[in-house]
Amino acid sequence: MLIAPSNRKAGTAAVFVLLVLVSLAFVLPLIWMVCVSLKPSPEVLASPPSFFPQQPQMDAYEKVFTSESFDFLLYTRNTLIIAFLSLVGMVVSSSVAAYGFARIPFRGRWLMFAVCLATMMIPFPVIMVPTYMIFKHLGWIGTFKPLWVPAWFGSAFNIFLLRQFFMGIPKELEESAMLDGCSTWGCFWRIIIPLSKPALAVVALFHFLTVWNDLIGPLIYLSHQGQFTLAMGLQFLQSRSGDTPWNQLMAATVLIILPVLLLFFLAQRTFIRGIATTGLKG
Amino acid sequence: MACRRNSNLIRGLLWTSPWWLGFLLFLAGPMCISFYISLCDYPLLQPPVYVGGHNYKTLMADPVFHKVLVNTLVYAVFAIPLGTMMAILLATLLNRRVVGQALFRTCIFVPTVIPIVATGVVWLWMLNPRYGLINHALSMIGIDGPSWLASPGWAMTSLVLVGMWGVGSPVVIYLAGLQDIPTALYEAAKLDGASRVRQFWHVTLPGISPVILFNVIMAIIATWQIFALPYVMMKESSGPDRSTYFYTMYLFDNAFRFLKMGYASAMAWIQLLIILALTGVVFLLSRRTVHYRGA
Repeated sequence: MLIAPSNRKAGTAAVFVLLVLVSLAFVLPLIWMVCVSLKPSPEVLASPPSFFPQQPQMDAYEKVFTSESFDFLLYTRNTLIIAFLSLVGMVVSSSVAAYGFARIPFRGRWLMFAVCLATMMIPFPVIMVPTYMIFKHLGWIGTFKPLWVPAWFGSAFNIFLLRQFFMGIPKELEESAMLDGCSTWGCFWRIIIPLSKPALAVVALFHFLTVWNDLIGPLIYLSHQGQFTLAMGLQFLQSRSGDTPWNQLMAATVLIILPVLLLFFLAQRTFIRGIATTGLKG
Repeated sequence: MACRRNSNLIRGLLWTSPWWLGFLLFLAGPMCISFYISLCDYPLLQPPVYVGGHNYKTLMADPVFHKVLVNTLVYAVFAIPLGTMMAILLATLLNRRVVGQALFRTCIFVPTVIPIVATGVVWLWMLNPRYGLINHALSMIGIDGPSWLASPGWAMTSLVLVGMWGVGSPVVIYLAGLQDIPTALYEAAKLDGASRVRQFWHVTLPGISPVILFNVIMAIIATWQIFALPYVMMKESSGPDRSTYFYTMYLFDNAFRFLKMGYASAMAWIQLLIILALTGVVFLLSRRTVHYRGA
């Protein structure tokens, strides 16, 4: 931990005030979003705008739930299906591949790992067109498959992250287990995986967020409204905002953000540690 | 021994198979296809016809392509330095021991977990010239706020500003970097009579320079992929006078709106080359300025 070199009280007070102001600026849009979602329609279009609702009510939420153009429950279900299928694949495949890179001394391992790292540089748009063509050829356009099947092949980033974590686990544990007749798979499953829960949690959490937030994937691969994810549903609702009152739009936004925020507060430590380690070791 | 080595090779290939299968199927394969397609005229519904470098030549003369190139560069030139400075500043503040430190960190980090579509919707309303909070706040201090998203210059400014809302994740990375700097360095600097400012320049900045390099490279890659925020926030997604039409958006439109798969693929290859070139330049520049401890 860094210890402040000198503790001049005035300086600390100034930092405190500055931090209060900055923090307020960062959360203000979110608080306002909740306020707008609780306003009755005429109040939303008051100019100048008031910050807090004068007569808070849940009307907008009711309307969102019964709206024809935004089927919240269906979109949530779709998003969760995709998130679950791709999350399981991502965690399983990335950890298996990472174990191979961390522990099996095979020829060409370094070259392969270097290529793996290099692929992190390749942005998604570069392969957007050909992967679309492949999925079209397979008849997967308009299904969820393009959104979760690739996750079953891991991702370079997560493989890298887990490999670094596995390398930090003392080899002696596995060596003694092998002497007792434990197979490689047994070592992986009974020793490495239980010891790697924090790293696996980071991978799972960030991948869940990626899926929950993804817009371009669903935009490319899904074709009709019954399949929309939440992000896409909100974009659709927003794009026809001429018809949708803003308090309803904000209510829908609150509903989409709420689960992520809950997850964030439940797993705050995992989040922060995840970003810090992934960033630094890169 | 040879047998052992072979069995290791087989085991290694088996364990790493998710990665290399995925690499072949979803990366290397598609990239080869993409390169071939970029040399073709391919309107998706008919089979591709080989046209050589025609797509690349057309791109060079395409005014919209020039426009998106310039827009993306302008965004990068403003957003990356601004974001870097702000992230370092916030990280330095958040690293000071003050009451409520954990709460401040949470506040600044929270916007980064929010879906970009949601961010876009919230800020659309914040920036609304009549009903939005921003112009209301400006009017209270006597400034007549602009119609943010409707005029070309302000539309770009708005996107850069909204982008700053997500500065939390680099902040966390910088925070970790700051905590890695040995306190002995600060103590030594203090003994030499270095002021706070000098300590920042001569201890803190060199100490986190590898983190800066990492973040800048990530930002460069991310900038060339900017898509969702302008797509959500801008009318017709390209903004007033195409002022917020970015590289990836034009690529997306070419591929999935105009069904010009060959043209889009040529754009993708140019994008890859630009990113590699920029990253290379940043690496070269960094060799003089980045300090690796223990190296």
